[in-house]
Amino acid sequence: MGGGGGRPSLRRGAAFRSFRTGTRYPRWLLLLAVVVTVLVLLPVVFLLWQASHAGWGTIWPLIFRNLTWTLLLNTIELGVIVTCCSAVIAVSAAWLIERTNLPLRRFWRAVVVLPLAIPDFVIGYTWLSLTPAVHGLFGASLVMTLGLYPLVYLPVAAALRRTDSSLYEVARSLGHGRLRALLRTVLPQIRAALFGGCLMVLLALLAEYGAFEILRFQTFTTEIFTEFNLGINTAAASALSLVLVVLSVLVVGAELAMTRSVAVRAGRPAGGVRRYRLGWGVLPSLLFMAALVGLGVGVPVSTLVYWLTQPADLIGVAPIPLLGAAGYTLMYSFLAAVVATVAAFPVAYLAVRHPGRLSRVLERLGYLVQGLPGLVIALSLVFFAVRLVYPLYQSPTLLVIAYSVMFFPMALISLRASLVQLPRRFFDTARSLGCSPVAALLRVTIPLAAPGIAASVALVFLSAVTELTATLLLVPTGVQTLATAFWAYQTQVSYATASRYAAVIVVIAVIPGVFLSRWLDPSRSSSGRGASLRSFVRGITRGGRP
Amino acid sequence: MRRAWRVIGMVAVGGMLAASAAACGASGGDAPANGLVLYNGQHEQTTQALVNAFEKQTGISVTVRSGDEDQLAEEIMQEGSRSPADIIFTENSPALMKLAGQHLLAPVDTSTLAAVPSADNSPAGNWVGVSARVSALVYNTNALKPSQLPSSVMDLAKPQWAGKLGIAPGETDFQPIITSIADTYGSQAALTWLKGVKANAGSHVYPDNETITSEVNSGQVEIGLINHYYWYRLRAEIGAAKMHSALHFFAPADAGYVLDISGAGILASSTHKTNAQKFLAFLVSAAGQKIISETDSFEYPIRPDVAANPQLPPLSSLHPDPADTIARLGDGSEALALLQQAQLG
Repeated sequence: MGGGGGRPSLRRGAAFRSFRTGTRYPRWLLLLAVVVTVLVLLPVVFLLWQASHAGWGTIWPLIFRNLTWTLLLNTIELGVIVTCCSAVIAVSAAWLIERTNLPLRRFWRAVVVLPLAIPDFVIGYTWLSLTPAVHGLFGASLVMTLGLYPLVYLPVAAALRRTDSSLYEVARSLGHGRLRALLRTVLPQIRAALFGGCLMVLLALLAEYGAFEILRFQTFTTEIFTEFNLGINTAAASALSLVLVVLSVLVVGAELAMTRSVAVRAGRPAGGVRRYRLGWGVLPSLLFMAALVGLGVGVPVSTLVYWLTQPADLIGVAPIPLLGAAGYTLMYSFLAAVVATVAAFPVAYLAVRHPGRLSRVLERLGYLVQGLPGLVIALSLVFFAVRLVYPLYQSPTLLVIAYSVMFFPMALISLRASLVQLPRRFFDTARSLGCSPVAALLRVTIPLAAPGIAASVALVFLSAVTELTATLLLVPTGVQTLATAFWAYQTQVSYATASRYAAVIVVIAVIPGVFLSRWLDPSRSSSGRGASLRSFVRGITRGGRP
Repeated sequence: MRRAWRVIGMVAVGGMLAASAAACGASGGDAPANGLVLYNGQHEQTTQALVNAFEKQTGISVTVRSGDEDQLAEEIMQEGSRSPADIIFTENSPALMKLAGQHLLAPVDTSTLAAVPSADNSPAGNWVGVSARVSALVYNTNALKPSQLPSSVMDLAKPQWAGKLGIAPGETDFQPIITSIADTYGSQAALTWLKGVKANAGSHVYPDNETITSEVNSGQVEIGLINHYYWYRLRAEIGAAKMHSALHFFAPADAGYVLDISGAGILASSTHKTNAQKFLAFLVSAAGQKIISETDSFEYPIRPDVAANPQLPPLSSLHPDPADTIARLGDGSEALALLQQAQLG
C-alpha cells in the first residue's frame, strides 16, 4: 500500500490522475470511513471520559505505580517472544503449504488454522490440566503462540498464493542461491502481510484475558479485570486501560513505520504456481507440520474428547439446551461477521486505493481497539447505551455491535491484505470501458477481493464464536450462548457438561475454516492468472453492457 | 464441483440468515408481561433449581441474568430507575448493602424477613438472607497433617507458608475475611497481613476458589483459603476416591472464620413488586430452603426448621467469629481499599 501511492505511473489512465494524487478522497467514501472509525473508537472515548471524570490527579498516581512497570515488563517480554515465534512458525507453514510440494497440502491447509477455532480459555485450561509446568511466562508464551500464529499464517498464506513464483526463478537463474532467492523475492512480497499479522498478534496479546487468567500470568488485561470485578474500581481500571491504548498506539505506529518503506508490487498479476521441490527436506517438513498441529490442535481437542466421554455431572437440573445456545451463538457471530466486514470495507478501500496521510491514520485508528480487552469494549457500550440509547441496552443488537467493534481490526487487515494485491489497472480499465465507480467496484474489485472478504467474514465469525468476556456482560437477559453456557458449568466445576458446549464451539468455528480453505484452494482454478483474468473479463463485459 | 460448493455456501448463508431472523424474533430477552427478571450472582445451578420450583409452584415466569455479583450491582447502579431487574440474588451481603446504601432496594415483606434469623437479614429490612457459608482452609492431606495447620488466619502471613499458600483475591468471598481482620486488628494490621499473604502465595494467586480447591487437591499448592462448599462440590464432582485434601476450620471466633450470608432483595424500581415478594418468600420457605440443602449447592439453609445437607457438619457445630455481623461486613469498601493498597486489586 503506502509507498507507491503518490508516484505517477504510466499504467494509470490519465482520466483518473487527479483522483489519485493522494490528498483528494472521494467524499462519500471518506465520510463512510470516518463514521465507521469514530464508532469503532467509542471505547477510547469512554476511557478518556472515565479518566477525566475521576480527575487526572487520581489517574496519574494509578498509572505510575510499581504494578504498572511489572505489567509492562511482563507484556513486553511476552510480546517479543510470541510475535517472533508466531512469525517464524506461520511463514514456514505458509511457505510449505503454498509454495512447496509438501504432501497432504489440502489437509494441512485445513487444520493449520484450527487453533483460531478453539477458544483461548479452552486451550489454556487443557494445557494446564495436562501438566502444571505450563504456567507463567513460559506457559503463556507457548499457549499464546500456538493460539495466535494463524493470525500471521492467514494473511501470509493469502499473499504467497498471489505472489509471482516466476520472480524466484528469475532470481535463481541470475545466480542467487535458494535461500537468498527466497529472501529476496518472496519475503518482500509478503512483508505487508507479515507485519500486518504480527500487528494482530501483538494487539491480541494485549487484549487477551482468559488464557492468562488460567495460566496465572499477570498482564494489563488480567489486572483490569480484577479492578473492574472487585467493586468496579473504574478509575484504576480506566487508567490501566489507557496504558493499553498507548501501547497499542506504539505498536500500530511501529508497524506503520516499518511498512512505509515497503514498495508493494501492486499491478502485477499472480504468476503460475511452480512449487519448490522439497526433496529430502520433506521429512523434517512433515515433522514440523505434525508437531505444530499436534500441539496446537491435538492437545486441546483430545482433552475435550476426554471430558466428553466422562459421565454427565449435573444433578437435579436440566442442562441449558445445546441447540438453542448454538443458535444464538451462530446468529450473533454471523451478523457480527457481516457487519464488521461491511464496515471495514470503506476504510480498507480508502487506505489502499487512495493512500494519503488521512486514509492511513483512519486505517491505523481502526486497529487500536484490537489492543483493548473485550470487557472494556463491553463496558463502554453499556455506558453509551444506558445514557444515550436505552432501548439498545441488553439487546441482541448491542452484542452484535460489540463483536463488530472488537473484531473490526481483523476484518480490516484481511480486506487490506487482499485489496493491496489487486492490480488497480483492472479497476481503471473497467472505468475507462464505461463502468461507473460503483459498478467497477462491484464487478471487478469485490469479486477479485473475494478471498479477503471471505477471510474477513470467517475470521470475525471465528473470533465472535469463541468470545467470552464481552458476551457475559452484554448477552440479552435469559439468553445463553455456547460461551456463557460453557462458563456457567466451568465455574461450577462441571467440566464434563461444560465440555459439550466447548466442543460445539469448536465444531461451529471449524466450518468457516473449512470454507475458507476451499475458497483459497488454488487447485480449484487452474492458475491464479487465469482466474483473475476470467473474473476481470467477466466483470468488464457485464459492466460494458448497459 | 465448484457449483456444488457455491450452492452449499449459499444454502449455509441463507440458513444462517433465516436462523438469525427467527432468533431475533424470539430473543428480545423480554420477560413475559408479569414475569420477573432476576439478576443472579449466586451459582447458576442453585438459582436455576430454585427458579424452576418457583415457576412450577406459582406459574410466574422468571428470567435469569447471571454474572459476578459486584458487576451486577454496578449494572443496577448504572441503570438506575430504568433497571430491567426486579430482584437481585447474591452470594455475599456486601453487594446488597452497597445497593441498599444507594436506596435502590425496596423493603421486604415482614413475614419473609421473619422466616429466617434476624441476624442474617438486612438491618434495615430491605433484603433477606437465604443461605450461609463459612470460610475455611483446604489442605493437601499428602503434604500436611492436621497438627501442622494454623489455628488463626493471621498465621497465613508467616514466612513458614511461603510458596505453600493459594489465594483468590479477585473473588468476592475474599473480601469479608479482610473486613473481619481489619475490624479485629485494625486496618494497618490487615494491610500487613495482606502483603504477607500475597508474598506467601507468590505465583499461586488464582482466579477463583474452584481453582484453589482443585490445585490443593492435586498437590500443586499445600493450603488454600476458601469457603467450605467448594471442597464439597469438588468431592461431588470427582468422587471421594480422588480427594487428596480436607477442610480445616480456624479456631473458634478467629477473625478468619467468617460466616457469609447469601441474600436477595427487590429493586425499588421494580414494577412487579407483588410477584417479586412472592419469589423472596419462596426462597426462605421450607420448600425453597430444602432445595438448597438437597441439591449440590452445599450451602447451609438458614431457616431454622430445615436441616443442612447431611454431608456437612451441622451449622450449630461451627464457631465463626460472632462479631462478624452483617453490619460489620458492610458494603466491602474498606476491604477493597486495602486490596488496592496491597496491590492485589
